Amino acid sequence: MLLEVNGLCVNYGRIEAIRDISFTVDEGEIVTLIGANGAGKTTTMKTVSGLRPVRAGSVVFDGKDITHLPSHERPVLGISQSPEGRGCFVGMTVMENLEMGTYARPDRKSKAVKDDLDRVFELFPRLKERSNQAAGSMSGGEQQMLAMGRALMAKPKLLLLDEPSMGLAPKLIKQIFDIVTEINSQGTTVLLVEQNAAQALKRSHRAYILETGEIVREGTGKDLADDPAVKAAYLGGDV
Amino acid sequence: MSTTTSTPAARKPASPRFRERVNNLPKAVKILLWVLFAIFLFLLPLLNIPFITTEGSDFGGVLFTVATYVLVALGLNIVVGYAGLLDLGYVGFYAIGAYTIGVLTSEHAHMAWVVVVPIAIVIAMISGIILGAPTLRVRGDYLAIVTLGFGEIVRLTLVNSEWLGGAQGISDIPKPPSFELFEVPSIDWSSGAPVVDLDTTSTFLKFGINDFVPYYWLALGVISLVLLFDILVKSSRVGRAWEATREDEDAAELMGVPTFRFKLLAFALGAAIGGLSGALFATKAGFISPDSFQLLLSILFLAAVVVGGAGNRWGVIVGAIVVSYFPERFREFADFRVLVFGLALMLLAIFRPQGLLPPRRTVRAKRADERQAVLEEGDAHV
Repeated sequence: MLLEVNGLCVNYGRIEAIRDISFTVDEGEIVTLIGANGAGKTTTMKTVSGLRPVRAGSVVFDGKDITHLPSHERPVLGISQSPEGRGCFVGMTVMENLEMGTYARPDRKSKAVKDDLDRVFELFPRLKERSNQAAGSMSGGEQQMLAMGRALMAKPKLLLLDEPSMGLAPKLIKQIFDIVTEINSQGTTVLLVEQNAAQALKRSHRAYILETGEIVREGTGKDLADDPAVKAAYLGGDV
Repeated sequence: MSTTTSTPAARKPASPRFRERVNNLPKAVKILLWVLFAIFLFLLPLLNIPFITTEGSDFGGVLFTVATYVLVALGLNIVVGYAGLLDLGYVGFYAIGAYTIGVLTSEHAHMAWVVVVPIAIVIAMISGIILGAPTLRVRGDYLAIVTLGFGEIVRLTLVNSEWLGGAQGISDIPKPPSFELFEVPSIDWSSGAPVVDLDTTSTFLKFGINDFVPYYWLALGVISLVLLFDILVKSSRVGRAWEATREDEDAAELMGVPTFRFKLLAFALGAAIGGLSGALFATKAGFISPDSFQLLLSILFLAAVVVGGAGNRWGVIVGAIVVSYFPERFREFADFRVLVFGLALMLLAIFRPQGLLPPRRTVRAKRADERQAVLEEGDAHV
């Protein structure tokens, strides 16, 4: 098991954002958390990457308890997140953003980084074209690509993607999901948080459905996509 | 909508092109220009250039004041410009540097100046860490308020502590050791044309009580060292980490940047440079009292950084010169100069909100924000 989350509870002040959540991500999988706004998806993601303190429960990564590990030490272990709302460094160029991705790597000066850069440029040819442009001057889709590319530059074992399709045009959404599948097939485990359930379920091996801070269902992507109740609630399908 | 997007481009300063042109010069020419510029700065107080030279007050003294402001601005720029932390109590570190000199060379001990200056830097740095460790966990406005409080706490402590001289302050601060190496003549313009005046000279480096030029030279040397340090740190991984932290703290954490530690480092380095400038101030003045460290000074220091362009070391130097030199130059207007100064600041805020020489990145980030605002406005209309 690459990631094991057990009985996780996280509060914002006195408000419980997530309650007793447990899920696992196996090596090589794409696992998706789907749910409506405010279901606790992003909070879960931020807790896995360490930005939110945990009230109860544990997060185990690669056999190591990281529940209380500071967030900046997690990239070293192999967890890298592309944050919600992209979070590019807008004043830096595309290249400088990608270099920031390697910040925590002990081998950041080696040739391996160059290879990873080539790989990112292969996945996102757009970034290569724009490598000297300021990140803030790019479109939303390009910034999303940059955020994902930057996260990949950390050479993660587990890639956390928080709503990569948010605010993008349908054509671009499909492209982004294609790339997620491609990243996964190249050997990176992916934990995905999405509102776009149709695409996400189609692409993931397994999925969990979050409702008001609790996991209400789990299953393979295909099973959930075929489930009538899920269809009705999340896919806008036949009721 | 089109007007909004085109204005930043229209207002784009000529500096990038200037920068390109300078960068394209051959290295030898660049070095020569720097050397000439350094010599010019060195001789500036003795050239007595008409119009630039202040009539009412001693020009050497004025230039020394300008130099301490430049030093302070460079230090505060690390905190405000690089790390993006709003510090309204910077005068506290300035005071701590000055009082360390006062206490250890005059009030309670008579240690050598060369020994005390490093102590002043270290004490200021430690006080920066003590202030930063608990407060840097709060963000934005709260930090500004806490630091504002710090500046006042330092001043009130000075006023109320007999051990630190109380409201009377500390006097008889000794001069630094002099090395009288050579004399530099000045230029006399009284006949209309520049004439070398061999009778009015400044001795390199004789720290006396009448001639402030050597203090200016000392400050100039310190500025060059701090500048060198600043350039090295900014271009290292540390500089990049500050930048990431300033732009998006969460994203920086996710990249593995220990943001708290880097903010604390910025605070400590800024405090150290503030302490150093305070130490120089105390050395030249020979007398310090809590009145020298009013809240207004913090505001002026911050104004220097903001006016010049937070984040650009050359910008903040220009800002410091503007803030400290012009009030001295126009001393004959008495209290009106404060009014004019205030108006000038307002005009700057309206027409150049990012400062006289903003760093490239701030311009970029600002443009990105404007673009975002335009896009969101556009969405709202749909």
